[in-house]
Amino acid sequence: MTSAVILLVDDEVPFVEAMMRRLKKRNLNVQAAFSGHEGLDRLAKDNDIDVVVLDVKMPGMDGIETLREIKKKFPLVEVIMLTGHATVETAIEGMKLGAFDYLMKPCDMDELLGKVAEAKAKKSRHEQKIVEARVKEIALRRGD
Amino acid sequence: MDSQTDFYKSLTRNMMLLIALVSFTPLVLVSGILGYEFHTSYQEKVIAHLQELVQKQRQNIDVFLTEKLANIRVLAETFSYQQLQDELFLKRKLALFQENYGGAFVDLGLVDQNGIQMSYAGPFQLMKANYSQAQWFKEAMENPYFISDVFLGLRGLPHFIVAVQKESHGMKYILRSTIDFVAFNDLVENIHIGKTGLAFIVNQKGEFQTKPRLEAPMNKEFFQSLMTNVHKQFLAVGEAIVEVSDHQWRSYQSEGEVTIVRALDNAGVPFLYVMTPLKNGDWFLVYQQEERDAFADLYRARKIALTIILLGGLAIIFTSYVLSRRMVRHFAQAEREKEMMNEQVIEAGKLASVGELAAGIAHEINNPVAIMVEEAGWIEDLLDEEDLRESENLQEFQRALKQIKTQGVRCKEITHKLLSFARKTDPKLKMVSLNDLINEVVGLSEQSAKYSNVKIVKHLTPDIPVISVSPSEMQQVLLNLINNAIDAMDSKGGTLEITTRMEQDMVVIDVADTGQGIPKANLQKIFDPFYTTKPVGKGTGLGLSICYGIIKKMGGEITVNSAVGIGTTFHVMLPAPEEETVGEEDL
Repeated sequence: MTSAVILLVDDEVPFVEAMMRRLKKRNLNVQAAFSGHEGLDRLAKDNDIDVVVLDVKMPGMDGIETLREIKKKFPLVEVIMLTGHATVETAIEGMKLGAFDYLMKPCDMDELLGKVAEAKAKKSRHEQKIVEARVKEIALRRGD
Repeated sequence: MDSQTDFYKSLTRNMMLLIALVSFTPLVLVSGILGYEFHTSYQEKVIAHLQELVQKQRQNIDVFLTEKLANIRVLAETFSYQQLQDELFLKRKLALFQENYGGAFVDLGLVDQNGIQMSYAGPFQLMKANYSQAQWFKEAMENPYFISDVFLGLRGLPHFIVAVQKESHGMKYILRSTIDFVAFNDLVENIHIGKTGLAFIVNQKGEFQTKPRLEAPMNKEFFQSLMTNVHKQFLAVGEAIVEVSDHQWRSYQSEGEVTIVRALDNAGVPFLYVMTPLKNGDWFLVYQQEERDAFADLYRARKIALTIILLGGLAIIFTSYVLSRRMVRHFAQAEREKEMMNEQVIEAGKLASVGELAAGIAHEINNPVAIMVEEAGWIEDLLDEEDLRESENLQEFQRALKQIKTQGVRCKEITHKLLSFARKTDPKLKMVSLNDLINEVVGLSEQSAKYSNVKIVKHLTPDIPVISVSPSEMQQVLLNLINNAIDAMDSKGGTLEITTRMEQDMVVIDVADTGQGIPKANLQKIFDPFYTTKPVGKGTGLGLSICYGIIKKMGGEITVNSAVGIGTTFHVMLPAPEEETVGEEDL
């Protein structure tokens, strides 16, 4: 299984940079965005992104709004919510909206990696199913 | 505080005055007006009655006197001087008179113009008595009819004389009769009302013509001036106040021939005098009564009314005092309660705002801490690189990084506690058995209790109702209380008792320790955020304030009893559900 392509979305630039360095060190393909809009732009440009790690509390377009947009435009992309304690409820709401999971800041690297891997696996399963469905469809058409 | 007391005092005073004023005004007005009206009309009635009485008596006396005079006149007219000279004839006539007119006629006598009694019939030996020097004789010689004043006369007994003057052959003579003083006196003496009412007759000189029933309070001069000055004056003026010989006069009325005078005697006691002239003003019939006696009923009624007003007034004053005192006391109490309520509200507001502030700060701190931890992680990652592996300080680096991480985690814990103080952790309510929950939490704490030599004793009432709470929050509260209790007992150990019980409609959890206790001064502060007695780094001072917030949110109450050196007991009271609903709510 190929490692996941991650997009980090958070307005805290130093945090994003530190995370990127650490994730890249672990040979992960990481991209960064510093606002919701930027994140959506990145997703539009790059179809390879598997998992978005999304901070809930951001100025402007916040995590929940961004999540809604992502799920609308890129339904297959998995989202892990990143939150301070105060926004657990928001995270739960996010999960209702289709986020894969949530993590609390500051988070443990191993935990994050684990969650990312799970998310990637889920996405892969989904994609696999879609491929299979298409194959079936094609087969059915042929059968016609 | 002083101005407060002053305010209440003046409030009491104002209310008292107002109540008293409102109650007194109609009372005084009504009783004043009615009293005045009653007084006036009653006095008029009494005076009218006295007037009538005196007038009637005057008529009686007039009739008596004219009758006697008429009798003598008839005798004088009918019979000649010669006949009257006959002593036997006179005696017969006297007997006839006495028979017909009672004992009024004492004697009969014929007096010639020289004052010598020519014939006499009666009980005394007055034949040939010489009256030439007697006052009555002189006056009788000048008038056709004459009624004398009362005098002692020759016989030394009070009497008066009725005389008729006649002429025969150029010679004047007088037929006279003595009227029994006692009989006459009875006429007047019979008038008496009340204790001091009495009637008598005085002449113009103020000499008594009848004997008063009681001793008259005034002397001769008084009556003389009464007769001469006052009567005449009042007849003319009607009503006036005239100073006469140290007495103050006031006429109530002078109607017809009756004059009414109010006078003070020497002792200053007011008397009423009702008088009317007799015998063409030679005599006066005087009725005298102490004013107090005459208006006895009025004064009695007035006394009763005054007593009632006085008692009523006292009652009003007393009531207004008690009433206003009581009302102001209630008022003050309400004010105090309000103030206390305000303090509580302020306290609650303070806690809430501190909570909000803490949450805000925690959130802001969370991000930098996250970054620091990430950067530390990054350094750790880098340490794995080949060229650094041989660094002689590698161990030191790793230890330092670990420390940074540990402290980062501690920061995270603090901020998370702060946040949970203001925010709900897991706000989902579940039907929970408190006993189960306590068993669970005690299980978690048992290990640390053992290290501290603390024995945990549970007194769990088996049938307490299932309550609807957030289990994680409840757990947090219980853990906090148990950990605090264990900390309070230091390493000396002790007993921690956990009790569940029902109190009215509340489920109560008591957490009692045998620790050092909380000084009274600190008791009020223990629920304040950041208040802690633990050494720096050991406690955040948030545990109890979080408990407080959680329990309050559940609609419960958390209180504390503590005695220094004996121990501390926390009481957590939670409302039991009204109906026991079975089944759990899903997440």
